[in-house]
Amino acid sequence: MNSLHEQLGAQARPRQNRRATAEPAWLKGTLIAILFLFVAFFLILPMTTVFLEAFSKGAGVVLDTFRDDATLKAIELTLIVAAIAVPLNTVFGLAAAWSIAQFRFPGRNLLLILIDLPLWVSPVIGGLIYVLLFGRQGWLGPWLGDHDIKIIFALPGIVLGTTFVTFPFVARNLIPLMETQGKAEEEAALSLGAHGWQVFWRVTLPKVKWALIYGVILCNARAMGEFGAVSVVSGHIRGQTNTMPLHVEILYNEYHFAAAFAVAALLSLLAVFTLGIKTFVEWRAARQQLASQETPSS
Amino acid sequence: MSLAAPLSVPVASAPRQHRRFNRRVLPGFPLAIGYTVFYLSLVVLIPLGALVLKASGLSWSAFWTTVTAPEVVAAYKLSLGASLVAALVNGVFGFIGAWALARYEFPGRRIIDALIDLPFALPTAVAGIALTTIYAPNGWIGALLAPLGIRIAFTPAGVTLALIFVGIPFVIRTLQPVIQTLPADVEEAAACLGASRVQTFCKVILPALVPAWLTGIALSFGRAVGEYGSVVFISANLPFRTEIAPLLIVNKLEQYNYPGAAAIGTVMLLFSFVSLIGVNALHRWHAGNTMAREESG
Repeated sequence: MNSLHEQLGAQARPRQNRRATAEPAWLKGTLIAILFLFVAFFLILPMTTVFLEAFSKGAGVVLDTFRDDATLKAIELTLIVAAIAVPLNTVFGLAAAWSIAQFRFPGRNLLLILIDLPLWVSPVIGGLIYVLLFGRQGWLGPWLGDHDIKIIFALPGIVLGTTFVTFPFVARNLIPLMETQGKAEEEAALSLGAHGWQVFWRVTLPKVKWALIYGVILCNARAMGEFGAVSVVSGHIRGQTNTMPLHVEILYNEYHFAAAFAVAALLSLLAVFTLGIKTFVEWRAARQQLASQETPSS
Repeated sequence: MSLAAPLSVPVASAPRQHRRFNRRVLPGFPLAIGYTVFYLSLVVLIPLGALVLKASGLSWSAFWTTVTAPEVVAAYKLSLGASLVAALVNGVFGFIGAWALARYEFPGRRIIDALIDLPFALPTAVAGIALTTIYAPNGWIGALLAPLGIRIAFTPAGVTLALIFVGIPFVIRTLQPVIQTLPADVEEAAACLGASRVQTFCKVILPALVPAWLTGIALSFGRAVGEYGSVVFISANLPFRTEIAPLLIVNKLEQYNYPGAAAIGTVMLLFSFVSLIGVNALHRWHAGNTMAREESG
C-alpha cells in the first residue's frame, strides 16, 4: 500500500501530456460522462431529495420539527452518546496506533483484523451482543435487574452499541500514517533526553494531528448517524431512548415525511461537513508534501 | 486518506527498514498494548464471545433448524445475491470512476472525488428514506418506471440498489491509488514496442490492477451483506421476498427469541470473520504485487 503522501502527491499532479499512452478523446469523454452520471444518479440525487423533501411542506414544518420536544430530546441524546463514545474510541485509537505502528510483536496481524472486525460485521450484531449480555434474558440480566441497573433500552446500551460500531475509526486513520512516518523523530527526541510522554505530546501528536482530527470527526459522524446497532438496543422509547436516526425512522413510519426529512437534512449537513473536513485535511497533507519536497534538507 | 481505507485492511506491509529495530527503543509499549487489548476485549471480544456462547447453548439440531429454516435461507439468498450483484455493479462503475478520477483532469473532479465518500459519512437511515422516496411508485424515478411495469422499491431490486449505494466508495478507493502509482514508463515501453492502447491496457495495466480491483469488490460485498439501515426502508421486509439476514436477527429479538437471534448472529459473524481474512489475503497479494513492481522498477 502506498503512503498517504505519495498518494496525495500524485493526486496533486494528474498525469497529462502522455499522448502515446493516453486514451482517445472520445473514450476519455465517455468515461468521464459515465462517472458524472453515476455520481449524479446515486449520490447527488439522494442528497438533493433529502433537502427538497424536508422543505416540501414549507419552512414552517421544518421549524416546527425542530421545536418539537421529541426532536430536541433526540438531538440531545445523540449529542450525549457521541460525547461519550467518541472520546473513548479516540483514546483507544491513540493507544492502538502507538503499539501497532511503532512496534512489531507476535499476533500483530490478528490484532489488526480484530480491530477491523466491528466495521465488518453487521451493525445489528453490534446491538445484539449487548442485548445478550445485559438484556432481560441475558447473562447479566437477572443480576442487573436485582440491582435496578438498566443498560438495555437505556443510555448505557446505546453508548455501548455506538462505541462498538465506531470502534476502529480513529485507530484506522492513525495506523497507516504513523507507519509511513516512521519513528526516527521520536527516537531522536528520546536520545536528546525527552521522556516518553514528552515524545508523545511534543513529537508524535503534532505529526499526526490532522489525521487524528479527521478520524475523530469521522468517528463522530458515524456515532451520530448509527442506526442498526442503536435500533436494537434502544427500545425506541419516544423522547427517552430515541437518537436522531431512530427519530427519523419513527417520523417516517408515521408518515410525517417532511419532518422525517427535516431531521435527516440535519444529519446530512453533518455528513457534508465531514466530507469537507476530509478534503481540507487531504489538501493540507498534499501541500505539506509539496513543501517538504522543495526543501532538500528533509 | 480515504474513508474506505480503514476498512480496507491492515497496512501490514510496513516499511522494511523498521524491521531492523527489533529492540524496543521507544517507551510505552506495555501500557499502549495493554490498554489496546483490554479495551478491545471489553468492547468487542467478550461481547462477541457471549454471542457465540449463547448460540452454543442450543443443541446442535436446534441450532441447525434455526439457521436453516426456510425463511432464514431465503434471507441468506437475498442478502448474498443482492450483495453480489451490487458488488459487481460497483466493480464496473468503480473501475471507470477510479480510472477517470486518477487519470483525467476535468471540471468538478475535486468535488466528485470528495462526494465518492458520501455513503460512508451519510447515516444509513437517511440514505434509506431518500432512496425509498425516489424509487417508490409515486417517487421521481419510481413514477417514471411504474407505467412500464417496473417496480424497484419494495422488491429485491430495491435492496440491490441500496446496497450499490452503500458500496460505492470501496472499489474506487482501493483502485484509485494503485492507478495513480502505476509507473508510466511501463506503458510507454509497451507503446514504443508497438502495442496498441488496447493491448497495453489488457496485458500491462489490467494485470497490475486485478488484485486491488478484486479487493475493492470483496470489500463492497462484505459491507453489503451486513448492511441494515439503508435497506430496511426500501425493502418493506416481506417474508421470503425482501427480508435480509440482519433483519431476521431484529425480528427474533423483538419476539424475545434470544437463542434464535444468537444463532443467526453467529452464522453472520462467522461469515464476516472468514471474509475479512479472505480480503486480507487478497490485499497481501496486491501489496506483494506493488512491492514487486517497485523493486523491479
